[in-house]
Amino acid sequence: MEASSIQASGKPLESRRRIVDKFGDKVFAGITGLAAAGGIALIGIIVYETVEGAWPAMQEFGLSFIWGRTWDVGKETFGALPFIWGTLYTSIGALLIAGPISIAIGLYLAELAPSAVRGIVGSLVEMLAAIPSVVLGLWGILVLGPIVQNNIGGPIHSGLGWLPFFGSKPTTAGLFSAVLILTIMITPITASISRELFTQVPSDIKEGAIGLGLTRWEMMKGVMLPYTRGGLIAALLLGGGRAVGEAIAVTQVIGITTHGLSVDLFQTGDTLGSRIASQFPGASSDLQKSSLFYLGVILLFMSLVTNIVAQIIVRRYSIDRRA
Amino acid sequence: MEAARQPLGLRATGKTRRRLAKSRAVDVLATLAAAGAVAVLGWVVISVLLKGLSALDWGFFTQNAPTFNPTGTTSGGGIANAIVGTAIMVGIATVMALPFGVLVAIYVSEFSRPAFARAVRLALDVLNGIPSIVIGICVFVLLVKGTGYSGYSGAFALAIIMVPLIARATMEVLELVPASLREASFALGVSKWRTVLKVLMPTVFGGILTGATLAVARAAGETAPMIFTNLVYQNKVSTDPSQALASIPLTIFNYSESFDTHLNDQAWAAAFVLMSFVLISSLTARALLMRSQRKLRGR
Repeated sequence: MEASSIQASGKPLESRRRIVDKFGDKVFAGITGLAAAGGIALIGIIVYETVEGAWPAMQEFGLSFIWGRTWDVGKETFGALPFIWGTLYTSIGALLIAGPISIAIGLYLAELAPSAVRGIVGSLVEMLAAIPSVVLGLWGILVLGPIVQNNIGGPIHSGLGWLPFFGSKPTTAGLFSAVLILTIMITPITASISRELFTQVPSDIKEGAIGLGLTRWEMMKGVMLPYTRGGLIAALLLGGGRAVGEAIAVTQVIGITTHGLSVDLFQTGDTLGSRIASQFPGASSDLQKSSLFYLGVILLFMSLVTNIVAQIIVRRYSIDRRA
Repeated sequence: MEAARQPLGLRATGKTRRRLAKSRAVDVLATLAAAGAVAVLGWVVISVLLKGLSALDWGFFTQNAPTFNPTGTTSGGGIANAIVGTAIMVGIATVMALPFGVLVAIYVSEFSRPAFARAVRLALDVLNGIPSIVIGICVFVLLVKGTGYSGYSGAFALAIIMVPLIARATMEVLELVPASLREASFALGVSKWRTVLKVLMPTVFGGILTGATLAVARAAGETAPMIFTNLVYQNKVSTDPSQALASIPLTIFNYSESFDTHLNDQAWAAAFVLMSFVLISSLTARALLMRSQRKLRGR
């Protein structure tokens, strides 16, 4: 009797625990799996909802929206080309400045910096990426703007004004300021990826190059840069993707009106992001809102392409090197 | 013949000297590039400190926006409602994004097959690269269009921005946990879900906390989603997230382009508040992260 009662009270307890654990594992895997699938689905939701918002404009203008040059709120005629141009022009301009600077910072942090300052300078450079873009934009319009107008833009305009890039008289806002602000925003990103790439270069091939009598720069140029080429391209793509998508700081410094497909850096302009951010608050008609969302779809497409390509390169790269 | 006449020495001459000089020049340029980046950071931070502090007073934290003055510049006022609004929206966003991001990370590093894990990682990294203004549009179409601006919709947009940051940070610390810890738990007959909750989670708690702090710092400074979710709000302190709420970044954005110099000053003061919060929290997070990683690696 007694033995069986112990069995009776012991057995269900143990099996209950076994059942809980059996289902617990399944349920837990199920819940977390749903969350993981939800993470992937989020991208789908973002694409779907943005396209849904843009749908009326897509039906109205079709693909010709992309090369349409007019943005006339009164006539309800909208086209994206000036903003696509502004986005590519400022982003590529920023990449041209930030690219070499970031690679130089990466080389400094990986090769030259004394170990005492390496960590500090590295985190300071990354701190630059933590500053909210709206604060950088405020600084860009109120501090950098007047300096661009008087101290940088003025001399460039009077010296090189015959070039189409510097034809206008500089003001506090414009494409030039936008390029500078974007440069500041993307440099920390590309610099920290470059640093990581450079520290992955095996020391034996670096030492081999030095042992053959190469100078440090020849070693960097001959060994480190070729070894990390794919990753550096990905780093630039990621920086470019960030520049393309940045809306707030650019809106603050780029000015109000667009001048179409101008290359003049001292004129005001508009990017996809800045046009959305500056016109959405005052947008009255549904077609105008929808057209702004259509600009968002183009922006989303550009950022998805650059990010996916860059991420795939970065992955292939680091797996190759670790293997 | 030429070479034989020269005495052999370690001093670089001719072409070698030029090569060395070039190499040193590159050293200097690279150092200057790094110094330049640090200088720009210093320039921005000091500008915000100086201009922000001079515009700060106690009323800035307790009052709402100054009322419009058609005859000249405004005076007084503050950002009390924006501070409260940002705190509420970031808080709700954290409540949404933190469990979700941690669950995603647990599945990817503990349960998933490698191919699916790779897909989720790629998705999270791509999600992290989607411009926040597009996320704002998405949430506008999804939540705001029918019902109007609200704190909840702003929090939802911020949560989408925070999820990849929290999930990736959690994955990174989970990968640092040594396999022996899991094996010891399994060897004692502990089931997998109990192992995750009772063994792994306490171990990586610090890492998750720092990831969440970095995500909070990022979300607090996001302006673009606010334009689409909380554009028009009442000029009073409100704690009701079903209504539109003020936010610090949108206040800075609106004031920065104003022709009213007092509002420019207010923008600087708000930028000082926002930047202090963001920089201090991300610095703390980084320090904590380094400490917890060292602890895990040294185990």
